[in-house]
Amino acid sequence: MKAHQSTFTLKTLISLIMIIALTMTLLAGCSAGASTTSEGAAPAETKVALAAGLSGQIIIDGSSTVFPISEAVSEEFTNSNPDVQVPVGYSGTGGGFKKFIAGETDISNASRPIKDTEAQALKDAGIEYTEIKVAYDGLTVVVNAANDFATDITVDELAKIWAPHSAVMLWSDVRAEWPAEKIGLYGPGSDSGTFEYFTEEITGEAGAIRTDYTPSEDDNVLVQGVAGDKYAMGFFGYAYYLENADKLKALSINGISPEIATIKDGTYSPLSRPLFIYVKNSSLEREEVVAFMDYFLTEGTVLVEEVGYVGLTDAEYATELAKLG
Amino acid sequence: MKQIIQQAPARANNRRVRKLKDLAGHAIFLIGTLFSVVILIILLTSMLSEGLRHLDWQFLTSFPSRMAAKSGILPALVGSVWLIGLTALIAIPVGIGAAIYIENYGKDNRFNRLIKVNIANLAGVPSIVYGMLGLSLFVRTFGFGRSILSGALTMALLILPILIVAASEALRDVPKSIIEGSYAVGSTKLQTITKMILPYAFPRILTGIILALSRAIGETAPLLLIGAFSFVRFLPENVLSAFTVLPIQIYVWAGKPQASFHEITSAAIIVLLIVMILINGLAIFLRNKFETGKQPD
Repeated sequence: MKAHQSTFTLKTLISLIMIIALTMTLLAGCSAGASTTSEGAAPAETKVALAAGLSGQIIIDGSSTVFPISEAVSEEFTNSNPDVQVPVGYSGTGGGFKKFIAGETDISNASRPIKDTEAQALKDAGIEYTEIKVAYDGLTVVVNAANDFATDITVDELAKIWAPHSAVMLWSDVRAEWPAEKIGLYGPGSDSGTFEYFTEEITGEAGAIRTDYTPSEDDNVLVQGVAGDKYAMGFFGYAYYLENADKLKALSINGISPEIATIKDGTYSPLSRPLFIYVKNSSLEREEVVAFMDYFLTEGTVLVEEVGYVGLTDAEYATELAKLG
Repeated sequence: MKQIIQQAPARANNRRVRKLKDLAGHAIFLIGTLFSVVILIILLTSMLSEGLRHLDWQFLTSFPSRMAAKSGILPALVGSVWLIGLTALIAIPVGIGAAIYIENYGKDNRFNRLIKVNIANLAGVPSIVYGMLGLSLFVRTFGFGRSILSGALTMALLILPILIVAASEALRDVPKSIIEGSYAVGSTKLQTITKMILPYAFPRILTGIILALSRAIGETAPLLLIGAFSFVRFLPENVLSAFTVLPIQIYVWAGKPQASFHEITSAAIIVLLIVMILINGLAIFLRNKFETGKQPD
């Protein structure tokens, strides 16, 4: 009895494992016909020149702010070039550069220019790169839609509110005619490029900010926070304001309101910031990467505004394209 | 007699208090149970009401897109199946092997006690730490790249402590009489382990395996760290392919500014829940099957 039962069990365990293996092989079979691949670390150059057109893998990682742009371009590019794989990661600007330095990515998304330390590390690693500006983002300072007293604010007032150890607690501390109500402050957490840019431009030093505000890495949480508090103030990327314009009100900065035109021509200053991608020069020797970059900066530029960012002017895109030689 | 009559009201009072206390206890425990159930129901209804109408064949078989209406979950679903399958292939033999060593071969000396304490402690290490380990060890040192293999090895490390602890406990509870009976008829240690101990402990080991794998299905952070992608429009072809998984897809969609993406996030969460329920259901089915097999004697 026991012996019979035991072989049954072991057999079942083994067949269980075999079923798993078989399922995976089948899955592999299904997708194998779809496209050819090259492994992440060492792209197989030989596979590039197929009769069907371009193939290969272009690996992108970095800023979550730039992610929607690369995502959209990747989608449209791979629609017309089905044999090219363009996976996009989400590691943040700094995390993306770490992978770029390790030679693991072809393109690094960045919501700020590369830092000197990162550039040095790339130099040490023997990786040459080209910086391409792809879009602008307007950091938007928002208040609740029911806020009927504030329509504009100056950079000095923002600095007063957000400075480290700021004494500003009430709206009336900012301007005497505003109500004596407590300001609820919402902003991104310290990991984001948005946070770094805002603090650098407003308080004058990257990372310097009062600590008694509500931080979140998830911009949707900030939207909810400001939308639910009549006396709240927050800041985040223009795309999140645009999608929630019914619940929020954007403040003009020094009299200029955040709009596509003002962000594009830079008059929405200082909170209009450029977004970048960094391309590895050795990857540009592969024709699928060249085709991808070409698409990114020509036909692909319409996608930038579709996903809530502000495109460069045609002349600027031409300048960026020329950098690729 | 008179005394007894005088005490009666006091005793009745005492009984009332005790009954009240009993009732209060009942209420407190009921509230405790209801609390988690109600939270679950609220969560499920909001998820179902938002996500269910997006959950169709097209959603299951499409690639993600920048437009919510065209987005699908296919690469994430297939990626999750690959990852969990490979994780199971790696973790189950290693985990059961380690448990057998600890329970049946390892002597009770300082070295083995150290191993046991370490494994128990590893179960409490935050998952992001395994992600960092996986990135430097599998992705970079071994050169497996940002692949399913790297992800599965990392996940295997993550769930091994849970698996080993569960399997050890199952093996420890095998009655001595069965083991000694096996030796008495002249079986070797290996025969005793494979023919007597393992089959007896198998249903409980299986429960441990499932609990461990369920944890691996829901993990996001370590996979993001080792380089699973957030936007993938192709299916994995082999264990070295780039990939994404369901929790990452959910995380990415939940962070999008558009409300339409938040709705398909709910649909994706429903898919993840269904996958988990299927795996748990399989486990319960298998466990019951083996447990009834043990009844006859």
